[in-house]
Amino acid sequence: MTSLNIWDIHGGIHPPEHKELSNRTPIQQAPLPARLILPVAQHLGAPAEPCVTISERVLKGQRIAEANGFVSAPLHAPTSGIVSFIGPQPYPHVSGLPATAIVIDSDGRDEWTALQAHADYRQLPPADLLEIIRQAGISGLGGAGFPTSVKLTAPRTQTIHTLIINGAECEPYITADDLLMREKAAELVAGIDVLEHLIKPQQVLIGIEDNKPEAIEAVRSAIGQRPYLLKVFPTKYPSGGEKQLIQILTGEEVPSGGLPVDIGMVCQNVGTCVAIHDAVLLGKPLISRITTLTGAALSRPMNVEALIGTPVAELLAFAGLDRGKLNRLIMGGPMMGFTLPSMDVPLVKTTNCLLAATLDELPPPPPALPCIRCGECADACPANLLPQQLHFFALGHEHEQLKAYNLFDCIECGACAYVCPSNIPLVQYYRAAKGEIRELEQKQQKAEHSRQRFEWRQERLRRAEERKEADRKARAERAARAKAVHAQASSAPLQDDPVARVQAQKTGTGLSEAQKKLKIEASMAQVALKKAEKQLSAHATPELEMQVAELRIAATDAQKALDKAITAASPTEVSSAPADGEAIKKAKIEAAMLRAQIRKLEKLEAHDAEQQAELTRLQTRLVEAEQALGGAGQGAPAAPRKPAGDEMLKKAKIELAMKRAELKKAEKAGADDAELSKLRDGLTRAEQALHVAEEKSAKPAPELVRTDKRPIDEQARALKTEAALARADLRKLERDADSDAAIVEAARQRLREAERMVQEYDS
Amino acid sequence: MSMVLIAVLALLALCLLCGAILGFAAVRFRVEGDPIAEQINALLPQTQCGQCGYPGCKPYAEAIAGGDKINKCPPGGEATIQALADLLDVEPEPLDAVEGEVPPRVAYIREAECIGCTKCIQACPVDAIVGAAKQMHTVIVSECTGCDLCVEPCPVDCIDMIELGSNLQSWKWDQPLAPGQLIASDREQAA
Repeated sequence: MTSLNIWDIHGGIHPPEHKELSNRTPIQQAPLPARLILPVAQHLGAPAEPCVTISERVLKGQRIAEANGFVSAPLHAPTSGIVSFIGPQPYPHVSGLPATAIVIDSDGRDEWTALQAHADYRQLPPADLLEIIRQAGISGLGGAGFPTSVKLTAPRTQTIHTLIINGAECEPYITADDLLMREKAAELVAGIDVLEHLIKPQQVLIGIEDNKPEAIEAVRSAIGQRPYLLKVFPTKYPSGGEKQLIQILTGEEVPSGGLPVDIGMVCQNVGTCVAIHDAVLLGKPLISRITTLTGAALSRPMNVEALIGTPVAELLAFAGLDRGKLNRLIMGGPMMGFTLPSMDVPLVKTTNCLLAATLDELPPPPPALPCIRCGECADACPANLLPQQLHFFALGHEHEQLKAYNLFDCIECGACAYVCPSNIPLVQYYRAAKGEIRELEQKQQKAEHSRQRFEWRQERLRRAEERKEADRKARAERAARAKAVHAQASSAPLQDDPVARVQAQKTGTGLSEAQKKLKIEASMAQVALKKAEKQLSAHATPELEMQVAELRIAATDAQKALDKAITAASPTEVSSAPADGEAIKKAKIEAAMLRAQIRKLEKLEAHDAEQQAELTRLQTRLVEAEQALGGAGQGAPAAPRKPAGDEMLKKAKIELAMKRAELKKAEKAGADDAELSKLRDGLTRAEQALHVAEEKSAKPAPELVRTDKRPIDEQARALKTEAALARADLRKLERDADSDAAIVEAARQRLREAERMVQEYDS
Repeated sequence: MSMVLIAVLALLALCLLCGAILGFAAVRFRVEGDPIAEQINALLPQTQCGQCGYPGCKPYAEAIAGGDKINKCPPGGEATIQALADLLDVEPEPLDAVEGEVPPRVAYIREAECIGCTKCIQACPVDAIVGAAKQMHTVIVSECTGCDLCVEPCPVDCIDMIELGSNLQSWKWDQPLAPGQLIASDREQAA
């Protein structure tokens, strides 16, 4: 169906179209580039998040970056190859600033990943269909690049009653949509079918300007009997703007600051519809697009279907770029496009045109002159704004006024600047002013955010401080209470108050500084002694023995000094608990030790004479010790004092031990007889000295029990070893049930022989 | 005589009535805090850097409301001074700072050198630094106000202030020269 029922928009201009440059040849396939640059931000909203790693191989159509948030779109590999770089790369932007991109080195095989087509999309729930469109990475191909799935997600409060398909393509030079409609009308209509199924609008309007008769014819025949309304309207720039097209086709105006969805409408570009068809019916993500290559600097201007990420320079070379003639390279159309700072930038999803213009074609703008207030711009403005007023406000940075005059409704179409007789670059003023206002708003937002965080932090610190203060108070209170209790206790001392008793004891037996020091020294000496003894028991060397002996003396000295200090400090209490207790304890320990020894001996079943003697001796000692203990328990005076002879005795013992050690050492070292005998004499002397000391001392002399351990010579050892080996062999054979009787007998014989030899040698 | 009396009485009654209404309103609609200080605070950049000599933006806002100068905020720069001058209807003054206006910066911790002392975390007025004792710290760039209060306490000097520079999100068009302000060659061409 074709309808002529259309409306007009305010303003608009009729610049020369130059469309015939590129719309005479069919769409060509661009050659496969060796290297593709895929910026992660090719759409409005959050940049995609790369999900491949460097040197990973990717297949054509494989997802290489994930959507990062709701208003975002994923990215797919346009061909198979190796990911060679992820990082800042040239990006098509006025500023020339680089942007994060994924670079793929093509392997030339163009190998597809597995695709999942949904020919039966009418069976799918709308949410799944929307997800397919979202995962295909489709964003508006008309120029703004708004993620399509977001646009199709209608707010719950608003039902969409009109779907508008934008095939206006009003900007001069650009013919990409024209050729697309001519050659892919069937796919376009199939894509509209998908949208129609998804949104279920009351009407579907397709708007095409009347300068594309072939496209109109193709679309009309593709529509067939479907209830889509094809509306053809007179060519005028900028009728392809979303809001302008809605006004032309329906007569309704999108409110200021609003979106088409606010009046129940959704607008989609024809290229986007074809991409939706590819995504749903073929399963192909958005990896290529149709772009117009035009301008007088190209020898073969045309429309190409090129992979996203193809470097601009390669595309232009394909179209026969004459670099000498090129003056300005513009991405987009001559009205709304921007000058590319370099040719290294890639083709992105929103690139609908590359205009390689010569100097004659797009001469540099003449210098701007002051505004003469002619009002032409207001007549040309399709958004019904007052460009001249906005210009003055922008000059004065009067942001409030700019907002009041609806600067943000400006679509930056450039009609005002086109008609300005003073050549004032009006759109540039508006862009700058918009940027300034946005920046200020962002700053204000950030300041507000920082203020909130600062205040929260202050509040948190204050709370922490309060808590600390409360804790401190509670502690002080507790301490005061404890003090009060203590004061009560000391004013009327209770016998069974353990704290009071301990405190009293402490004050009673309080040690002075010097005493404490001595005590510490004594215990340190004890510890050192114990350590050395342990070592000695592990491996006895004469050096260690000597060391232990020295340490023992030191420890005894320290203990004595301490005892003396304590007795001196409390002479009146000599007979009282501590000193007395000490003596009793010692006596008790001695008695207990003796008892243990006796028990040990008694346990032995067969006593020989020696052991019997030892036992009797121990028993007498135990009786003695018990008597001593009884004496000590009765009173201090009876406490067994260490006689002076003890010191001598110990010294003599140590002397003896040292002498013995020396002798052993000399023997081992193989010293000559003279020296040995000298040492032996020394040892005997020491022994005698010890006996003298023992007699002097009160302690009973220990009975010398000499175990006669004769050293084993080499031969004896060899014999004994032989005997042991023979015994082991015999046992082994005996254990083995089926061993030969003769062999067993032989082994027995061998053992007997060995034992005999040992006995012979011993005797 | 009676007419004069009536007039006086009527006026007196009117005065009392109005006085009562005003008195009531003064109590009922009492404004808490200093509204002008709040407005000033809203214009300050909230970096909480203390470069004005006050411990934060709010104290400085209160000081301005109390009659202090409006040119002591380096992070706000000329824009803030202009906004304050407009609000308070005073003459804008040049910025009172040694270095003048500095471009926006953020703190950056060289993480290899961080010893995890938490001193910068305690100094940050907006909790923009994360980390724990003996753990590496890092700055949340989007929360950092660039006040550089964390630089001084760092015992190993591992914090740098980095200029944010221009990126695609923050880039904006420059305003063209005002019409008529032509460079010499253009003027010849226009003539």
